Amino acid sequence: MPSYVILEKCDGCKGQDKTACMYICPNDLMVLDKEKMKAWNRAPEMCWECYNCVKICPQQAIDVRGYADFVPMGASCVPLRGSEDIMWTVKFRSGQVKRFKFPIRKTQEGTAVPDGGYGEVTTDLASQCLYNEPAALKLDALPTTKK
Amino acid sequence: MANFETVEVTTDILICGGGMAACGAATEASYWAAKNGLKITVVDKAAMDRSGAVAMGLSAINQYVDINSGNNTCEDYVRYVRNDLMGITREDLVYDIARHVDSSVHLFEKWGLPIWLDAEGKYVHEGRWQLMINGESYKVIVAEAAKNALTKYGHQYFERVFITTPLMDGDRVAGAVGFSTRENKFYVFKAKAVLAAMGGAVHVFKPRSTGEGLGRAWYPPWNSGSSLYFTLIAGAEQTCQEVRFIPVRFKDGYGPVGAWFLLFKSRATNAFGGEYMVERKDELGKWGSYGKVKPIPANLRNYLGMLDEFEGKGPIFMRTEEAIQNIANALKDDPKAYKKKMKELEAEAWEDFLDMTISQAILWAGTNVQPEEKASEIAAAEPYFIGSHSGASGAWVSGPKDLAPKEYFWGYEYMSTVKGLFCAGDASGASSHKFSSGSHAEGRAAGKSMVRFVVENNTQPNVDAANVEALKKEILKPMDLFVEFGGKSSDPNINPEFMKPKMFMFRLQKIMDEYAAGVTSGFKTNKSKLERALELLVWLKEDSAKLAAEDLHELMRCHENIQRMYQAEVHVRTILFREETRWPGYYFRNDFPALDEANWKVFVNATYKNGAWEMKKVPVISIVD
Repeated sequence: MPSYVILEKCDGCKGQDKTACMYICPNDLMVLDKEKMKAWNRAPEMCWECYNCVKICPQQAIDVRGYADFVPMGASCVPLRGSEDIMWTVKFRSGQVKRFKFPIRKTQEGTAVPDGGYGEVTTDLASQCLYNEPAALKLDALPTTKK
Repeated sequence: MANFETVEVTTDILICGGGMAACGAATEASYWAAKNGLKITVVDKAAMDRSGAVAMGLSAINQYVDINSGNNTCEDYVRYVRNDLMGITREDLVYDIARHVDSSVHLFEKWGLPIWLDAEGKYVHEGRWQLMINGESYKVIVAEAAKNALTKYGHQYFERVFITTPLMDGDRVAGAVGFSTRENKFYVFKAKAVLAAMGGAVHVFKPRSTGEGLGRAWYPPWNSGSSLYFTLIAGAEQTCQEVRFIPVRFKDGYGPVGAWFLLFKSRATNAFGGEYMVERKDELGKWGSYGKVKPIPANLRNYLGMLDEFEGKGPIFMRTEEAIQNIANALKDDPKAYKKKMKELEAEAWEDFLDMTISQAILWAGTNVQPEEKASEIAAAEPYFIGSHSGASGAWVSGPKDLAPKEYFWGYEYMSTVKGLFCAGDASGASSHKFSSGSHAEGRAAGKSMVRFVVENNTQPNVDAANVEALKKEILKPMDLFVEFGGKSSDPNINPEFMKPKMFMFRLQKIMDEYAAGVTSGFKTNKSKLERALELLVWLKEDSAKLAAEDLHELMRCHENIQRMYQAEVHVRTILFREETRWPGYYFRNDFPALDEANWKVFVNATYKNGAWEMKKVPVISIVD
């Protein structure tokens, strides 16, 4: 199918101008049916199964059914993405369930400082160093072939 | 003509794309632009948080030179890449990316990317150049820094605007046009310098899965050759357009094999338990000095496995069960430690997929695979165009002044042969093995270079209004065609006056698969087949004027497939021109089945101007012994 919308759970992001899944899909696949107020994947065969719609959906209304042309039915991978880690529930065709938790970031969302705290190290536009180098390289100088 | 409002945006620097290279460029250029009173505009066809090839996440950073440790030098990296690409590489560019990449990785860590650390707090290496990461949010973090940089310095970015065509002022780029995929707006961006960082190309060749799994390409399906088309149409010289990449990955799901081969030291064996890397070792002797180096070039490793398949010795299995047992067996006398290690390895194996190829995890779960108990099939995927990985296709760009031989230097690093048009990531050629981190570093270097260009060439190029109007008409034509003729047929997809982008793509894929060494032709071709491909491509090109679109999404698909078509043509022409077989595990010329160092240890560069192609040999100049 690949990603599909669970009708019961989708609320069309409550009629905002765009749904979360439409906002995030890298391949422009998710669309909102404004009459039914339900989102849908308009071209499942162009879906990469990147799960970005699944992860972002505030209602957990999107799941993925593995590509039917090569994946036997009955399995699922369900993520729950928090601010620091992601929990995965992997369900096998056999019914077996495995759970995994992995870190996703070590800083607070939104706080990435562009210079990484290394500051303006090189201010000369003609230099081969980028503006926080060589400090950000943890070197004294930028390597060169010394021509 | 369809009723689209024209929106004009005038800027100093235009960054087309939103992936790793574009984010690197935005982060670095924002600083230099603000210092010099310049404005930057970024245009992404998706949402920057999850656009480009790292949209899903990654489980490893494949380029970290680790210069600070004293273990490796940029020269070492150049030698590694040069060998892997069978001698054909721009050493100045590879060196430049290698000397900047560590700072990109250090920035990622500061921004919050979890990089695996050992007990001493040092990065865990998957291989000599590779680091293991918890990379689910890799792109989110990198995009956040880029957006913060743009916002901090008062620059702007557009999402969901699809760039189609460059604007030119004589031999200088003057901007780009495109359209919103959300509202009826046609965008005209006027700029003094433009960065093409719009990714590689997927779905040029017929994929192995053609049903629902069509989208399960190894590289993302939204990479449609935008960079190639944009730079080619602008008149930029292209290089290494024959050097496609064919990854060998877990079959169908295309899950990564790097951790299994490098970290878990797994073997790959065939139906008879034979190991092609051992049994076919002598074959390596046919491929010159490149068959003798370690690591063995990716395409030669591919080729040995393909020979097994051609002889009916498949399937090829990744021996996951054996690899995990071998690691855990070291602890077999300590049951508690053994159990703990097994659990750890199991989590690592699943994270490898869940971070970057979730489909492979579903496939494992759907087929009840426990990697510690059962081996899994691997196979060669369809060909992709990805200059950032082990392919090399892209535009021919200037090197940096302190590294580039004079033949490779024209003032501004990463500027193509078109004045003001810069390239990074999959858009720039002959600088393979930059991967995610190196693409970011290259983007940063290109970003700074662009600011220097604009400071030294600070005039707004002229944009011809009549030309913009003509482009608008041409770009929106698929919507007009549908409106004009859609009523002729009861099926919106079947109409004598037009074709829809999906079938157009299938037609292209069939040509490439059957004549240009795709999966079903065993990655083999010859002159006659390639000439037939060109003949069929002529009709396809004519029919591209009959593409029709019902909505904005389909309009984007129309143009994506026109981009793929040009990627296909430049590839076929370059393969045809190079009369040898140099990368046998990527494609094989049956009429020229051997390496020919005397005549073909050269780059093949292609240019398309005024409807005519020019192909030429360009010498490979070494800067590292």
